[in-house]
Amino acid sequence: MLVWWRRVRVENEALYLFLRSPVAQIAALVAVLTVFGAILAPLIAPTNPYDLASFDILDSFLPPAWVEGGDARFVIGTDDQGRDLYSAILYGTRLSLTVGVCSVLFAAVLGTSLGLAAGYIGGRFDAVIMRIADIQLSLPAILTALLVDGVARGIMPREQHEELLLVVLTVAIALSLWVDFARTARASTFVERNKEYVQAAEIMGLHPIRIMAVGILPNILGPLMVIGTVDLAVAILLEATLSFLGVGVPPNQPSLGTLIDIGTDYIFSGEWWIVIFPAATLITMIIAVNILGDFFRSVLNPRLR
Amino acid sequence: MTGFILKRLAQSVFVMLAVSLLAFALFRYVGDPVAVMVGQETSIEDQERLREQLGLNDPVLTQYTRFLGNLVTGDFGFSYRTRQPIGEMLLARMPATLELGLVSLLISLIVGIPAGIYTALRSNGVLAHTILITTLVGISIPTFVIGIFLIYLFGVQLGWLPTFGRGETVEIGWWKTNFLSASGLRALILPAVTLGVYQLTLTMRLVRSEMQDVMNTDFIKFAIARGIDYRSVHYHHALRNSMVPVITIIGLQFGGIIAFSIVTESVFQWPGMGLLFLDSIRYVDIPVLSVYLVMIALIFVVINLIVDILYFVIDPRVRLKPEAG
Repeated sequence: MLVWWRRVRVENEALYLFLRSPVAQIAALVAVLTVFGAILAPLIAPTNPYDLASFDILDSFLPPAWVEGGDARFVIGTDDQGRDLYSAILYGTRLSLTVGVCSVLFAAVLGTSLGLAAGYIGGRFDAVIMRIADIQLSLPAILTALLVDGVARGIMPREQHEELLLVVLTVAIALSLWVDFARTARASTFVERNKEYVQAAEIMGLHPIRIMAVGILPNILGPLMVIGTVDLAVAILLEATLSFLGVGVPPNQPSLGTLIDIGTDYIFSGEWWIVIFPAATLITMIIAVNILGDFFRSVLNPRLR
Repeated sequence: MTGFILKRLAQSVFVMLAVSLLAFALFRYVGDPVAVMVGQETSIEDQERLREQLGLNDPVLTQYTRFLGNLVTGDFGFSYRTRQPIGEMLLARMPATLELGLVSLLISLIVGIPAGIYTALRSNGVLAHTILITTLVGISIPTFVIGIFLIYLFGVQLGWLPTFGRGETVEIGWWKTNFLSASGLRALILPAVTLGVYQLTLTMRLVRSEMQDVMNTDFIKFAIARGIDYRSVHYHHALRNSMVPVITIIGLQFGGIIAFSIVTESVFQWPGMGLLFLDSIRYVDIPVLSVYLVMIALIFVVINLIVDILYFVIDPRVRLKPEAG
């Protein structure tokens, strides 16, 4: 055991730090459970909130099972339409995570390519990209996402609205997050560009795109991963906020934001469980992702330890 | 100095032109303005006449110049949804948003700056740790959840404070204010705290890291070595030097407050500009959206410009670097 521990300490710094940090372990556990819950939602959820036949309006507003008047079928109660809250939260997490992950991936691809190209090519191209990034950086992400969302709703024909709403939402969130990736990629590329391996590749006459994608990209991935993690929390938050405001996920689909929105209407009449459980899920998820982001950052940057 | 300001000014004008072009494209090419304005039974000829009247057949450049001219002279056109002039709609709702924003900005500065200084100076104390952990959690909780929690606690459970609307307002000219009536002030508390909490954590963290940086500089170490008492070192030497970034903080916060007031106004049904903006997204009210876009851009450009110029005036180091702009 001790020998193994010493070997880990020397050979795998990230694992060593992880094994020493209970906070990071708990966060990772929460994240893994959330992801599994989201992926396996159709298998483990007692009912399907998308299937209108599976719930009954007569079951609406049932409190959690342990409260007086609760029903054993619905562990944490039901919402205004009689949907099982536990199932709705599982499906909601699934939708929130999907939108979050897709928009971060989209933002990462867009931002990294622009940043990489700006850093490698330099000159006027770099100046224009960075100018746009500067302007956008002064706008808070939520405002950018709202504006993109609003404009997209205007451009699209009304009939296609419903189907495309999720895509619009994902793109709106991605467009408000790409700047972080672009700036980091650009800064790292500046450092890499002058290294010998890049010069060697240039002398060999390799195509610039190949140099960027195969040569430089793997070497700048570290800091980009940290940004990806932190931005995942931001993306989930944005999705929830936009859906809560009624301009994100369509109201009939359960996402954490729409569930909280529904729940808000009933806190005055005392049905607290409809809002508390989705909100708690959202907050737990965001805190876990933020802690993991902090952990990755400290692994990559020894000065922060 | 003049050169720097002129350069920044030119940049700002360029940004505004770009944004107005976007707003124009949105206004002109998303949907058909004529189709929205007239009823179903209007004949094609009448529609064509209206089109001619509105100048929609003119060259695009002429139309854009006219659009710009209208914006500059304060003629924002009419809302598709309410058929009211957009200028009046905005003006009627502006006081609500400004008053809410002002109070939450004050909350975030009055609480955030002292808390930041305290946690920087006593970084190992129990209270400082508690404050820091609280802010970490505070950053992770979305604004709307904070609002809902406050409504549940103070509105539903305790029943102390109103949870929606502005309460009674007093009119001074066209400006409806919350500050002059008890009901208005009470209605202001929950939304302002909700909006202020997130900004507060940001202020605190920025002041804290700035103060810590300054405390590590040579001139502070020298002041301590000279035997000047700590209180004087902290409040005269360190604090004064870490206050420069506070200008940036206020600038940044203004942006954040405008953005998050949309969320807060929605939670508390506060009849401000944010709520108007949300409604116009929901009902695809293009003219209001495009005016809002220009207005937001203008506010941000002006704030950034002021912050840059103030920085330039206050911090000599910025002036000495040739490439700082």
